[in-house]
Amino acid sequence: MKNRWTKGVVSLVAAVAVLSTACGSDEAAVGTGDCESVDAVSLQLQWVTQAQFAGYYAAVDNGIYGDYCLDVTVLEGGVDIVPQQQLASGAVDFAVSWVPKALVSREQGADIVNVAQVFQRSGTLQVSWADSGIDDPADFAGKIVGNWGWGNEFELLAGARQAGLDPGSDFDLVGQSFDMLALLSREIDAAQAMIYNEYAQILEAVNPATGALYEASDLSVIDWNDVGTAMLQDAIWASGSRLSDPGYQDITTRFVAASLEGWVHCRDNFDDCVDVVLNNGSALGASHQAWQMNEINNLIWPSDGGVGMMDEDMWAQTVAVATSSGDLEAAPDSGAYTTTYASAAQDTLRAKGIDPAGTMQGSWNPRDIVLNPRGE
Amino acid sequence: MKGGRTLRVVVTTIVALLLVVALWEGYKWMGGQTDDHWPGTSIELPTSTDDLTMPHATDIAGELFEEVRDGRARLPLYLFLLKKGWYTFQEAAIGFSFGLAIGLGLAILMLRWRVAERGLLPWINVSQTVPLIALAPIIVTWGRLNDIPDILSISLIATYLTFFPVAVSALRGLQSPDTAHLELMRSYAAPWRTTLFKLRLPAARAYLFPALKLAATLSVVGAIVGEISIGTKTGLGRAILEYAQRYAVSPERLYASVVGAAILGLSVFGMVNLAERLVMKRTEGVERADRVAA
Repeated sequence: MKNRWTKGVVSLVAAVAVLSTACGSDEAAVGTGDCESVDAVSLQLQWVTQAQFAGYYAAVDNGIYGDYCLDVTVLEGGVDIVPQQQLASGAVDFAVSWVPKALVSREQGADIVNVAQVFQRSGTLQVSWADSGIDDPADFAGKIVGNWGWGNEFELLAGARQAGLDPGSDFDLVGQSFDMLALLSREIDAAQAMIYNEYAQILEAVNPATGALYEASDLSVIDWNDVGTAMLQDAIWASGSRLSDPGYQDITTRFVAASLEGWVHCRDNFDDCVDVVLNNGSALGASHQAWQMNEINNLIWPSDGGVGMMDEDMWAQTVAVATSSGDLEAAPDSGAYTTTYASAAQDTLRAKGIDPAGTMQGSWNPRDIVLNPRGE
Repeated sequence: MKGGRTLRVVVTTIVALLLVVALWEGYKWMGGQTDDHWPGTSIELPTSTDDLTMPHATDIAGELFEEVRDGRARLPLYLFLLKKGWYTFQEAAIGFSFGLAIGLGLAILMLRWRVAERGLLPWINVSQTVPLIALAPIIVTWGRLNDIPDILSISLIATYLTFFPVAVSALRGLQSPDTAHLELMRSYAAPWRTTLFKLRLPAARAYLFPALKLAATLSVVGAIVGEISIGTKTGLGRAILEYAQRYAVSPERLYASVVGAAILGLSVFGMVNLAERLVMKRTEGVERADRVAA
């Protein structure tokens, strides 16, 4: 209905004659490339081009956004760019952001709504050397524990508190940079690492003792999904105030559906998506991006409620961790997320014969990725 | 005479470069001998000297010829950095041009009206105390809301750094002519504009060019900081950002891209130097003609 309404308005401006055709044909036209007009839309990412954002790049490069009558500009992140704030200020139309960070901004007044929960699991690890004996958060006691700050540390702090430790007094909590140098040189005992990025970096570095690459068995990994303090990460956020405008609703419907179709594409066309990321100018190597694509797919698939659907238990856990730590003053209101757009997107995908859950036999199987030196 | 000068510059550059490399390698060698302590003491060196922290100069140079991927293409790192540097140079050049125009404009404004000088100069000084990391997101957000491409926002950051030295030194330069010369112009009943173009601006050049050299290198700094801060698809700043993140895996690449940034800074410095020599030489000719005529 909304779809028909906006397209009607656009057509009315153009010509009355076009209006009748637009209304007549558009129910079948969603996602098929049958466009009366194309809407220009911008998406702010959290960081530079990498497989973490492959679904969006794939949707651009493979014309999926085009099929949904969208012309999408993907904006890479920088050091001082906060995606949800770019969105709230109106500088961009959509943003990708981690749920806890976005909720903190939202509590501070950013009018933003989670319209698709893309990653169903957390990709954050706390990595240490196997010989340092840090196998679960209780082992942090007396150690030097690194973290990135800026809201990346919530799961770590909650995990430590759950183990009965007081961060800062029972162990040293220190800032770390995004390279893994501090861990490699053993300046810190445990380092924060994304399973799809920094963790792989360690495995791409040469162990001076052996002359060969470090191996997974050299490392001890704490996965917050197992500890129970994991928080939801990459989601698509839309502007709350603009969502009352039927035109923006219609664009959001199409943008979410096309983006999720992009992610399905990366599930079913792994190698193509690695290429897409490399072609879009990643300075990181091919095996690194393949590793990342694999791990990102693992964070998305299977999506039990269907791709982009909010996992209510994980949402509750995310909010509980953020409020108990004081990072959020109160639980967000029910308007913080909506499943309307993800549900509609899944209907669209099913109509196109696509499995939106990734639970069908063989639709997603994790790969074994061999990392090359320096990730080349 | 001219050839000798060029030769001297080339030789000095090479000697300076060798000196830096010798210092780097010497420090590294010393650290290796003393287990990262000052010789004969138990005082630790400020930085450790292992290959991860301080890769060998030859490894950094060698890395320049390693192939890296740039989108669909594969090319040696030095070409990759040249490409990225060209992009950054354009941002810096736009920023520098705006900075030059704004700086000169402000200086002339302040010259014309003392009120403007009293009102503006404090603000011009204050402007440089605002940290770039605070400014960058504001500029890009404002730019995007007004449909200004991000590359121009980055140039504006370069402008922000460059207009300051231009404005301050141009003002001093414009005010520099002797009272006698100004009175001579007045005795000709020369309008203000004529005095500006015939007397004040030529006099300001000697003050302006040192400031322009500073502004040119600052414009490169501004462009690179802007790229890192705002995020771009290309540019030296973007390369530095990504290589910094992957320092543990290939430190040589970060050092190589930093060397690239330094070379870009030196190049723009050289360009202003060249411009100065051309402009000053033309006047030299005029002055000599004057002397001959006299």
